[in-house]
Amino acid sequence: MAEYTLKVRRYQPESGTGPYWEEFKVELDPSLSVLDGLLQAKDRDDGSLSVRCSCRAAICGSCGMKVNGSSTLGCKTQIGEAHDQANRRKANDVPPPMGADEQPPPGSANGSADNPIVIEPMGNMPVIKDLITDMESTHWTKIRRVTPWLLPHGEAPEREYVVEPESMIDITQSMACIQCGACVSSCLSMEADPNFIGPAALAKAYRFVGDPRDAETKERLHDLAHDPHGIYDCTHCFSCIDACPKGVAPMDQIMRLRRKAGEAGIDDPNHGHNHEAAFVKIIEKKGTLDEGLLLQESFAPGVKGKLKPSKAAIKELLGSIPTVLRAIKTGKGRSLSKLVPGIHPKLPGDAQDEVKAIYKHAEEHREEFNLYISGDEEATLEDGLDPERSGGTGAAQPHGGGAGETLGAGEETTEEKPQ
Amino acid sequence: MTDPIKVAYWPGCVSRGFTSELHGSMAFVAEKLGIELVELDRANCCGAGVIAEHNQELADTLNARTFALAQQTGLAMMNICSTCQGAQSECQQRLDADSSYRAHINEVLSGQGLAYEKGKDGFTNKNFLWLLVEDYGLERLAGLVKRPLSGLRVGPFYGCYVVRPKERLGYDEFPERDLYLEKVIEALGGEVVEYDGARKCCGFPVITMNRDTSLRQAGTHVGDAIDAGADCLVTPCPLCHLNLDMQQPEAAKVVNRDLGLAVLHLPQLVGLALGAEPKQLGMSKHIASTKWVEERLAAVPA
Ligand code: SF4
Ligand code: SF4
Ligand code: SF4
Ligand code: SF4
Ligand code: FES
Repeated sequence: MAEYTLKVRRYQPESGTGPYWEEFKVELDPSLSVLDGLLQAKDRDDGSLSVRCSCRAAICGSCGMKVNGSSTLGCKTQIGEAHDQANRRKANDVPPPMGADEQPPPGSANGSADNPIVIEPMGNMPVIKDLITDMESTHWTKIRRVTPWLLPHGEAPEREYVVEPESMIDITQSMACIQCGACVSSCLSMEADPNFIGPAALAKAYRFVGDPRDAETKERLHDLAHDPHGIYDCTHCFSCIDACPKGVAPMDQIMRLRRKAGEAGIDDPNHGHNHEAAFVKIIEKKGTLDEGLLLQESFAPGVKGKLKPSKAAIKELLGSIPTVLRAIKTGKGRSLSKLVPGIHPKLPGDAQDEVKAIYKHAEEHREEFNLYISGDEEATLEDGLDPERSGGTGAAQPHGGGAGETLGAGEETTEEKPQ
Repeated sequence: MTDPIKVAYWPGCVSRGFTSELHGSMAFVAEKLGIELVELDRANCCGAGVIAEHNQELADTLNARTFALAQQTGLAMMNICSTCQGAQSECQQRLDADSSYRAHINEVLSGQGLAYEKGKDGFTNKNFLWLLVEDYGLERLAGLVKRPLSGLRVGPFYGCYVVRPKERLGYDEFPERDLYLEKVIEALGGEVVEYDGARKCCGFPVITMNRDTSLRQAGTHVGDAIDAGADCLVTPCPLCHLNLDMQQPEAAKVVNRDLGLAVLHLPQLVGLALGAEPKQLGMSKHIASTKWVEERLAAVPA
């Protein structure tokens, strides 16, 4: 048993006042959850403290919240760990350097005060009451936006569809989603652009793009690439990867959608594909990045693009001119030549040929090693077989493994969530 | 206490391109600190996540080549770009996870007399920030300070790629990696400014795809730091620097407010405390003026 202080961001709409902070003292075992702590406070101190929950075992996806600023599930976060997290030291063990005596700076208190565990409702969503957010507007609407059902062509088979387990393994990761919204809450692109389709919905989109039974893959990719708030609006910040309690790694699924869109030759008005293609090509030719050339090729690729760039390309190119001019003025690029596309040097000696050889090899194979499926061979050897990544791992047969057998059942239980 | 430190040094592309002041200030600071840099001039771009988006095997092989070149020197590797750190760590995680995948990648490297070996000579690849705290030591750093940054209020800006994902970036072993900038600022005698954006994203990866989303992020963080009373920001990532500094006037338009906050590269902040003149550190090459920082420091006798 230990005592903890929970500092909860509260909002009671019927009170007519805005949000406010309130602290609750709770007493429970460090191995119990933050949600357990909240329920104790509700039970003992204030029955009006509102939180959504059901399973209390990280299955139902109801209890998304922010703990010490990180989006997570309340029932999956141990209260002892949350307490330690809230009390990480910020100050140095080093004495301040000579001459600087009027220290210490604020916020560097040496462990004297016991910081409370800070609990807030999820971000990027309207708050209904206390820790309960409205998931309709920013989560479910976006999930529906990606057509989250199978679109097969032709006659449905008389019985079930038969697919190779290997072809379904690829999407097991995105199927693990329990729709908790923690990733949406953490998303930094969505903070800047509320219209961004977002991590949960795009992970769901990959679940169908990767499904061999779906017949409208290209249409789906086209749609998501063309939407200015689609796959190219993700700022690659990894927040959703750390937030997700189920290892879905939504950002990785978004990168796969981009890869597939590129492979399908989808040319989008957001310059997403151009940017990627230009970057890849420049490194093949020069080994290191030529930023000037990247800028030009992203907006107006190739000679053809330069003769007849699209309206969007002209707008973007013009938009970047003030920045480039300012850079020239301060001598940022050392000399004008740094900013002129194409003058950038290659790698020395035969190093550039080595890079080219790597391109040849890798573009032939295009192997995708998925850690979620294969696992770390040493970790697997140490822990014995991990039931969540059933079978087939380890050195002998690393690129595949197989979650195949568990697939049917897993899919049913993870796809549906009672509202 | 004064063991010489020698590293295989990957400066990245941007530090030799748009942010050449970073490359120069790192060289300056390394000499003052007694860190010997063996530059990997044959190594290639990490791909910044973009090449992996196109073809994962290609990114993994390109970075395996860089690691192999570093391993040839027998030294630990150091980078000065959060994005390099993140992109390279991602590839290294896959390479280290599986011996037969590693063998497949090494196939093409072997033709070039190269091979990436997991854990060879305790191989590590660390951003300058990590190296400074974990290997060099804050006490040793503090001992070299000639001009304490007293009174200088500095906002840390990490860059996503050195704070997430935690599991990949060694936070199990080094749980305080997302507090190192604060520690360094204090070791140099400066004052840490807490503001909302320190561990958020500058928006750079979508600057060519969704300019508004991108610059709104940069502008918001710079604005929050100003509101919290910062004299400057410091970052270990040159790509963050591009969005926070080079694009700052454009970001100001998007968030519709005046900005104008100096953004320093980590080696520049260290260099100032070690007694270097702002000019020696290339600070005149910034877009957002660093004059205020210079005035603040001049007000306090060195
Ligand atoms: S990686 Fe992309 S989707 Fe995930 S949180 Fe960041 S911006 Fe959002
Ligand atoms: S992807 Fe993960 S974090 Fe996002 S809704 Fe699904 S389970 Fe929750
Ligand atoms: S992240 Fe940047 S600087 Fe680092 S290697 Fe890649 S492109 Fe170059
Ligand atoms: S903050 Fe920006 S440049 Fe820096 S790592 Fe994140 S996205 Fe990259
Ligand atoms: S109560 Fe937390 S996931 Fe069900």
